[in-house]
Amino acid sequence: MSFLDVKDLKIHFPTDDGLVRSVDGLTFSLERGRTLGIVGESGSGKSVTSLGILGLHKGGRAQISGEIWLDDEELVAMSAEQVRRLRGKKMAMIFQDPLSSMHPYYSVGHQIIEAYRIHHDVSKQVARKHAIDLLGRVGIPEPARRVDSYPHEFSGGMRQRAMIAMALSCDPELLIADEPTTALDVTVQAQILDLMRDLQREFNSALIIITHDLGVVAELSDDILVMYAGKCVEYGKADDIFYQPEHPYTWGLLGSMPRLDREPTERLLPIKGSPPSLINVPPGCAFHPRCPYAERTEGRASTEVPDLAPTERGHLVRCHMPRTERRALWENEIKPVLETQ
Amino acid sequence: MLTYIIRRFIGAIAMLIVISMVTFGIFFVVPQWAGSTPESLASRYVGRAATEETVALVAERLGFNDPVIVQYGRFLKGIFLGAEYDYGAGVEHCPAPCLGYSFISGQPVWPDLIDRMPVTFSLAIGAAILWVVAGVSVGVISALRRGSFFDRLSMGTALAGVSLPIFFTGMVSLVVFSYGLGWTPPGGSWTDFTENPAQWAYNLLLPWITLAFLFAATYARLTRAGMLDTMGEDYIRTARAKGLRERDVVVKHGLRAALTPILTLFGIDFGLLIGGAILTETTYTLPGLGQFAILAIRNQDLPQVMGVVLFAASFVVVASLIVDLLYAWVDPRVRLS
Repeated sequence: MSFLDVKDLKIHFPTDDGLVRSVDGLTFSLERGRTLGIVGESGSGKSVTSLGILGLHKGGRAQISGEIWLDDEELVAMSAEQVRRLRGKKMAMIFQDPLSSMHPYYSVGHQIIEAYRIHHDVSKQVARKHAIDLLGRVGIPEPARRVDSYPHEFSGGMRQRAMIAMALSCDPELLIADEPTTALDVTVQAQILDLMRDLQREFNSALIIITHDLGVVAELSDDILVMYAGKCVEYGKADDIFYQPEHPYTWGLLGSMPRLDREPTERLLPIKGSPPSLINVPPGCAFHPRCPYAERTEGRASTEVPDLAPTERGHLVRCHMPRTERRALWENEIKPVLETQ
Repeated sequence: MLTYIIRRFIGAIAMLIVISMVTFGIFFVVPQWAGSTPESLASRYVGRAATEETVALVAERLGFNDPVIVQYGRFLKGIFLGAEYDYGAGVEHCPAPCLGYSFISGQPVWPDLIDRMPVTFSLAIGAAILWVVAGVSVGVISALRRGSFFDRLSMGTALAGVSLPIFFTGMVSLVVFSYGLGWTPPGGSWTDFTENPAQWAYNLLLPWITLAFLFAATYARLTRAGMLDTMGEDYIRTARAKGLRERDVVVKHGLRAALTPILTLFGIDFGLLIGGAILTETTYTLPGLGQFAILAIRNQDLPQVMGVVLFAASFVVVASLIVDLLYAWVDPRVRLS
C-alpha cells in the first residue's frame, strides 16, 4: 500500500438545484518524496479533492464516500477530531492567494507560531525561534525582523513563502499545494516552484500540486492526473501525459498552453465550449459535447460512461475511442500541430 | 503609528471647536437674526420686573452688544479660564469650565452637569456590558447555526428589539416587573454606587435590561452578518487547515475580524448614551443628563441647554477618538494608511 491511497473518492453536495458531484469516483496513490500534479479547468473538482483529503469539505452538508488511506490510517471514516489532529501536522496545505489566506490582523510570525503550537507543546519563545528559522529557510531575508510583519507588509512572493513556511511548520509528510503560483507574478512563480522542489527533497514529503497550468506540473510532477467534471480522464507518469497523451481533453489542455518557443503570430488551440455544470453532468462521457472526435465512438459517447482503461504504455485513459485510433490521431494529427506551433 | 495618533487628536480638537461654534451660533446668533435683541437676551437674566434701564445696563455689562466674534471669544474663555459676571449688584466669579448660569435656578451649569453624570454613566456602562455580551454571543451562535430554530427565534426577537421603542418596553417592564410582580424597584429609584453598590445595581437592573435589549438587537444582527462574512473568508479555511480547534477558529480568527465594525458602532453608541439617555431616563425617572436636558429645554433655560449639548457632543467626539485609536490597535492595516 502506498503512503497516500485514495480509492473511489466521491464528494457530493446536495443543493436546492440538485446534487453537485464535485468529485465522482477518484482513485490515485502517491509515495513519499514523489509529486502528483492534478490538472483541470476551474470546476473540475480538483480543489474539492484536496479539501476532502484534509477533511475541510464544507461542514456536514457534503456527502463523502470512498477511502483515503494516509500512512495506513483511513481518513473518511475517522472522527472529525482525529482528522483535525492530523491536519497541519501530518498533512498541510498551501493555498492559492496568500493575501486572502492569511489573517490580516495577525503578524506572519504569530500565524506560524500558532500553527506550530497547535501540535507542539512548547513555549512561545521556542515556537518563535522555530518560526524565524522557517522564514529563513523559505528564503525570507532578515527573518528575525520580518517575523513581526503583517501579511499586507509583504510582497506577493514573500507572502507565499511565508505561507509555505506556515504549512511546513510541523514537518508534514503530505503537502498539498492548491494553485500555489496562480496569484503570483510570472518572475516569482519560478522561484516559488524551485523552493517547493527543494523543500520537498529536504523533507521527503509527498506533494500534490493542484493547478490548471500544465507548465507548473511539468516543472515538478512525477505523475499527472487530469480531471474533468469530477472524474479522472487521464492518469500516468508525467512523461506519458506530456509526450504520449491519449485523451482528447489532455490534447486540448496541451494545445491551450502558451509557450515561449512558439511563434507569437500563431494562435493557441483552445478547447471549445466551457466546463459542464457539476449538477447536470452530460450523460455518457462528460467531455463528449466539447470533444471533436465524439462521432467516432458509434454513439456510445453520449450514452455510456467510458472506463478508465490502461494504454499500451500503462497509463490510464477514460475514452471510448479504440486505442489504435487514439494513437493514430495523436501521432498524425495532434502532435504535428502542437510541435509546429 | 504616532502620526496617526497625532492626526486623530488634532481632528478631535478641530471637531470640538466646530461643535462649540455651531452651538454658540445656534443659541446666541440665530435668535438675534430671528428678532431677539441684546435687551431681550438680557431680560432673561434680570427677570420680568426689571426696568428697561436695568435691562439695557445688564445687556451692556454681559457684553450682548459686542460683535459676535468677541462674544464667542468670551464664551471660549469662560470654558477654559472661567468668567466674571457683572450684574451691577456685584461681580460674580464663575470658575472654569464656565458654561454660564441657569436662568431658572441661578446656579452655574457645569456643577449641575457633573452632579448628573454618575447616573447616566452608571446606566450606560451597565447596559453596554449587557448588550455587547448578549448581542455578540447571540450573533455568533446565530451565524454558526444559520437557519436553525435558535437563529430564527433570536433574529425574530432582535427584529422586535430594534422596532420597539424604549418608552414602550420600559413602561411594560415597569408595569409587569415593578408594579405587578414587585421584583424590581419602582421608577425613579437611584442610589449612588459609593453609597451601596448592591442597591445601585438592583435599582438599575430594569433600565439596564430594557436599554440593553434595544441595542443588543442591533448588535446581534450586525455580529451575525459579520460572522457569516468572515467565516467564509480564505483565512478561516487556512486556520482550519492548520488543525486549529473549531472554537479557536471561530473566536480568534472569525470573531476577531467581525468585531471591527462593531467596535466602531459601539464607540458612537456609547458616546451618545453617556451624553444622556433621554428616553430611558425619562421612562424610569432617573436624574441623569438626559432628564436634565429635557427639563432645560422645557424651561427654555438657554445656558443649561447649551451646556448639556456641548457636554454630550464632546463625549461623542472623545468616544470616536478612542475608537479610532483602538481600531489601529485591532486592525494593523489601519496603522499604515
